[in-house]
Amino acid sequence: MNLRIKHLLGLENVSREDINTILDTAFSFREVLDRPIKKVPTLKGVTVANLFFENSTRTRISFELAEKRLSADTVNFSASGSSLAKGESLRDTIQNLFAMKMDVVVMRHPTPGSVKLLSRFVDAVVINAGDGTHEHPTQALLDIMSMKEKLGSIEGLNVAIIGDIRHSRVALSNIYGLKTMGANVLLCGPPTFMPYDVESLGVKVTYDLDEALAFADVINVLRIQRERQGKGLIPSMREYRNVYGVTQQRLSKLKRPITIMHPGPINRGVEIDTDMADSEHSIILHQVLNGVAVRMSILYLLAGGR
Amino acid sequence: MNFKTRSQLMDETALRRTITRLAHEIIERCKGIDDVAIIGIRTRGEFLAKRIAKKIEEVEGKPIPVGVLDTVMYRDDYRMKKQLPATEITEIPFDVDDKILVLVDDVIYTGRTIRAAMDALMDFGRPSAIQLAVLIDRGHRELPIKADYIGKSVPTARNEEVKVHMKEFDGRDEILLVEVTE
Repeated sequence: MNLRIKHLLGLENVSREDINTILDTAFSFREVLDRPIKKVPTLKGVTVANLFFENSTRTRISFELAEKRLSADTVNFSASGSSLAKGESLRDTIQNLFAMKMDVVVMRHPTPGSVKLLSRFVDAVVINAGDGTHEHPTQALLDIMSMKEKLGSIEGLNVAIIGDIRHSRVALSNIYGLKTMGANVLLCGPPTFMPYDVESLGVKVTYDLDEALAFADVINVLRIQRERQGKGLIPSMREYRNVYGVTQQRLSKLKRPITIMHPGPINRGVEIDTDMADSEHSIILHQVLNGVAVRMSILYLLAGGR
Repeated sequence: MNFKTRSQLMDETALRRTITRLAHEIIERCKGIDDVAIIGIRTRGEFLAKRIAKKIEEVEGKPIPVGVLDTVMYRDDYRMKKQLPATEITEIPFDVDDKILVLVDDVIYTGRTIRAAMDALMDFGRPSAIQLAVLIDRGHRELPIKADYIGKSVPTARNEEVKVHMKEFDGRDEILLVEVTE
């Protein structure tokens, strides 16, 4: 039951067998989170460094909680207030940290590929917590876990990913993971948000939200990244909501209910309306809880054997 | 690893009788089954626990709560193994506070699994007592732990193993003493 991968850099090359092992293990750790004492001694003596070179609330707290629930020791590093501000290179900063004997490093960095680079020069398990617009594998794994929990099986499931696909590491990791698990993936968003030649990943594309909703068992609604809106890719937030917003009005036209997911943070009233995000078909808060369990699973499977 | 069978320790009938006796001993010693619950240790302890609980229900005329415990997260030796052990879901669907918990496992050997199981149970609350029932005690304890209810004590050598087969998991009921021959 050892994984074939040694690091979790992305889901691009992770096998179905490995994903199944990660999910099965995650469900067993999920039970720990319901206990009166939500902590197990499994990773006692393992030291984890959380290196966050980009802002994060959910992912950082989720990782930190997962590490603590497993009794690992943690050190946290964020780019602001560090020696990087004094001009030290990323490599030097990290090698100094690792001279202090870390077993695992969890890294978020704005540059795509930075996590892979890191895995080449440190003797530790490396876990990607998001590298620029490239991948965010633990988010995709918790999304897949939440779909499996709600709907039973991923094989043959129709999943629509809606929004800014082009700038979304969540979308790319979801595409890789879901395709590996046998889901049918449809991407939906304005053409300016669609990456060039994305169909080569084995997914379909539509620019019509109603078509995506009619197709889907599950929708994964992505956040409109306000910080990227200076580029003129969409005319306005209001225009986006009118054409691509998931609203009561649109969903009520469907013959059957669909499961609603969102990786957060939500722009209520832009990509999704409040009523929909909080509806009985929304599993957004399950995703957050499953996130802790999936990260416990990854930490155990990659660091447990060291 | 290959195995050579040394002897049969129990067949289907002997196993059934042993489970019946263990069930009666638990009822007798706990003076009934109020505030008593059974916890099986995965994998085969689960099926054993369920059989004992069924027998207790037959005798006492009321059900006894049953839980299933996976001890992998509490093991101290998983890092010494080549293969990382798979974790499984623990299900204890009742409050353990102030209950007598009877842990059930198929074989007791070093005692390390039971140590891990007791640590795990403490994280669920504060039972009034923890007792231990095993089918086979094969000796060689490495910790100060002893069983309260024993199906059969079997002196064994370290190069031997006790193979428990249960219908629910292995398709048949049989317990064998085998020798490991590389």
